[in-house]
Amino acid sequence: MIALAGAGLLVLSACAGGSGGSKSNNAAPSLPKIPMASSVGAGEGELDLVNWAGYAEDGTNDKTVDWVHPFEKETGCKVNSKIGNTSDEMVTLMKSGQYDGVSASGDATLRLVYGGLVAPVNTSLVPNYATIQDFLKNRSWNSVSNQMYGIPHGWGANLLMYNTKTVSPAPTSWSVVFDANSPYKGKVTAYDSPIYIADAALYLMRHQPDLKITNPYALDTKQLDAAVQLLKTQRTLVGEYWADYTKEVQGFESGNSVLGTTWQVIANLVTSDKKGPVAAIVPSEGVTGWSDTWMVAAHAKHPNCMYKWMNWITSPTVNAQVAEWFGEAPAQKLACDHTADKAFCTTYHAADKAYSDAIYYWTTPTTHCLDGRGNICTDYATWTQDWTAVKG
Amino acid sequence: MPTAVARRVLAAVMGLGLIVVYLPLAVVLVNSFNSSRTFAWPPSQLTTHWWSQAWQSTGARSALRTSVEAGLGATAIALVLGTMAAFAVARYRWFGRESVSFLLLLPIALPGIVTGIALNNAFRVAGARFGLLTIIIGHSTFCVVLVYNNALARLRRLGGTLEEASMDLGAGVWQTFRYVTFPLLRSALFAGGLLAFALSFDEIIVTTFTSAPGVQTLPLWIFGNLFRPNQAPVVNVVAAALIVLSVLPVWLAQRLSGEPVGARH
Amino acid sequence: MRAASSWLHRHTTARLLALLSLPVLWVVVAYLGALGAMLVAAFWTTNDFTGAVEHRLTLSNFRTLVEQPVYRRVALRSLGVAALVTAVDTLIALPMAYYMAKVASPRARRLLVVAILTPLWASYLVKAYAWRVMLANGGVVDWLLQPFGTHGPGFGLIATIITLSYLWLPFMVLPLFAGLERIPDALLEASADQGARAARTFRSIVLPLLFPALVAGSIFTFSLSLGDYITVKIVGGTSQLVSNVIYDNITTGGNLPFAAAAAFFPILVMVGYLVGVRRTGALEEL
Repeated sequence: MIALAGAGLLVLSACAGGSGGSKSNNAAPSLPKIPMASSVGAGEGELDLVNWAGYAEDGTNDKTVDWVHPFEKETGCKVNSKIGNTSDEMVTLMKSGQYDGVSASGDATLRLVYGGLVAPVNTSLVPNYATIQDFLKNRSWNSVSNQMYGIPHGWGANLLMYNTKTVSPAPTSWSVVFDANSPYKGKVTAYDSPIYIADAALYLMRHQPDLKITNPYALDTKQLDAAVQLLKTQRTLVGEYWADYTKEVQGFESGNSVLGTTWQVIANLVTSDKKGPVAAIVPSEGVTGWSDTWMVAAHAKHPNCMYKWMNWITSPTVNAQVAEWFGEAPAQKLACDHTADKAFCTTYHAADKAYSDAIYYWTTPTTHCLDGRGNICTDYATWTQDWTAVKG
Repeated sequence: MPTAVARRVLAAVMGLGLIVVYLPLAVVLVNSFNSSRTFAWPPSQLTTHWWSQAWQSTGARSALRTSVEAGLGATAIALVLGTMAAFAVARYRWFGRESVSFLLLLPIALPGIVTGIALNNAFRVAGARFGLLTIIIGHSTFCVVLVYNNALARLRRLGGTLEEASMDLGAGVWQTFRYVTFPLLRSALFAGGLLAFALSFDEIIVTTFTSAPGVQTLPLWIFGNLFRPNQAPVVNVVAAALIVLSVLPVWLAQRLSGEPVGARH
Repeated sequence: MRAASSWLHRHTTARLLALLSLPVLWVVVAYLGALGAMLVAAFWTTNDFTGAVEHRLTLSNFRTLVEQPVYRRVALRSLGVAALVTAVDTLIALPMAYYMAKVASPRARRLLVVAILTPLWASYLVKAYAWRVMLANGGVVDWLLQPFGTHGPGFGLIATIITLSYLWLPFMVLPLFAGLERIPDALLEASADQGARAARTFRSIVLPLLFPALVAGSIFTFSLSLGDYITVKIVGGTSQLVSNVIYDNITTGGNLPFAAAAAFFPILVMVGYLVGVRRTGALEEL
């Protein structure tokens, strides 16, 4: 089991230069046995989804943005979409057993897999899977033992954004948001979620090698404490935490924030509003990021519709449409030919394997260490309570 | 009666208070014409683009319908149960009477998040299908007390003499209620019902935990759209339209009930 | 129908039971049952890896809450915010309600009630975001305060208190207004005729009679503030309140047991408050 789980991790640790994949005698958590679909029949007429805002647009929010109705027309599956605002909310919603599928980020996927909430995906039943970017297949956050548990949808990085007018010299390291002597005290912003602890761990991985962090999502108690300590220092610099676009864009436009974590789409929004010049960069320490995967519920009431949906959303035109609307790199290789903005895939490094590999994608921290050290790591519930402690 | 000076001071505070109450609403209104997608202040350019976009937003319209349905459902339950409980407390002496007010008040006095996760947990354990019905149940828990208190105050003020007279003259329980008590109670019920509806209409915390996919109340729609990169202005338009439209039901209620809503004599 | 009616007419107890059964059943089953089930869950725990709830009795959730200083700080902060919001709302609402009930003409009174009720219909989220815009750097608040050589409080606890006070103000004005309307003008005139100054009349006559209404309003403002986790996220800067702790734990890995344990705090506070003020008759003033 551990070796199989390590297979995906090897890719991750290869770029991290870490040890990774070492065998351990500690038993991995057992994988619930959920049967995999062997064929896709006629649609059941309905489909209940949990998804990020912007992943299942049906034109009700913006008339021109609609890939749900064409899907309904083609397959006869009526789509009901429930917005999950955080990964954690999505896991909670999936536990209710009322949904057929979910667009899960890497910090939710393993919880869903080991919680027995999602089924392995038979990729041969999803024709568009063939042309998904290869560097997104069989990764630690979307597969177990080389068995895919979902279809990759899109991905992005948590960049460092700064106001180019007020922040000088231009930063090249995350130290401006972590160093207690940062000249931008009170103007720093950070992502408001326990998963942000990984950003601190990534920083420590480079700056405090004696902690021996090899994967920012596999932290033992001592390593977690160090990250939490760093974040407590950072809190004295932070003006406000953000969790939604609107809030961060506003913060940068009003000048309440001048630097901090961001997503590419937020940087684009600030730029298009012309309210202050900003730049978004990958600092020298590297970045964390997300990679979203459509997963099928273990006891889906409408599995055929869900398989049809997974193929639909990863088809070149639809995947291009959703990636552009949401602001992330499409998972579908062929999508880059269909974006309205021809430079879109370049801006988002969609085909850039090296860029993607350098990202430490959000992964659920569990007591069973992701870097193969055994069962000595801290789990997400602990991270959550520590995040409360960071905010004080 | 307060002295002339006191009156002037009070008037000044009243005026100032109203300004503070309406300033943010004015900001919302102005922002609905703001060309910035994230309400950058001050607006660098004005546009009516968001209004036309909001007008075409079927999501907002169906969310509005869901909100009205949920509000009406919860208010109906509140009216029936609240009136019954008020009668039981006002017209009968019995052991435990004192606790009814306390019990009915609990759902509104306990924080929404407590009510929300308690109901969510219970619905899941009971295997209920989440949807409009669970939202209505959730909202009605805290709406009952509003009708109850309004009806109770009115019943106490009226006393039981008219009802007794009606029954002595041979009217049955139903007849008495229909022709004597209800007309006297109507405006109090209206006031309580309106407050219940308003509370349900703008509720988000309990709703978050009791709704299902495809069933979106207006506050949930607004919340969801604040998280979309291009939708925040449309949200502003909807809010601005609501402010303008809300004068209608309140004013209508005032007319119909013939006395200020919120007042109980 | 007729037979039932006359039977009910003769049997008082049956009538009472018929009236009482539905509402009580509703509260006990739909509400207290759900609440009880959740509170029991506070003594359970979750599986480390899957986050599934495990039905194993433990006090560990409560131990964490009591032993970690951060939770004590958050609890005290939440109480402070709720109390301050209530105080601010009382101070603003009292003169406004007094003006509406005792000074304004009947016609103006009606208009003013409409004016106070109207903002209740504008979305709470949008109003909170409007305050975010106003309190931001160089926003309306800064702009208004500039002539006085100062600037707004920025985002943080003060901004949270201002925004919450704003949101819940109508819930304080309305009960106070209703309470004041019930005090006969003749009573105030008599007090003045006896030579009492306005302040004395207010202290000795109005306040005692108004007290239940005041408590009623405070139940609203206090509990709404204690239950809010959204406003503080919008304007609170880096702050968090007790409802954030509950919300974060319920949505994060679905740690229902810990969230339920944390929910004990606001529940105990509110129940304690309600029991304390029960004698004043405030519970029937909302």
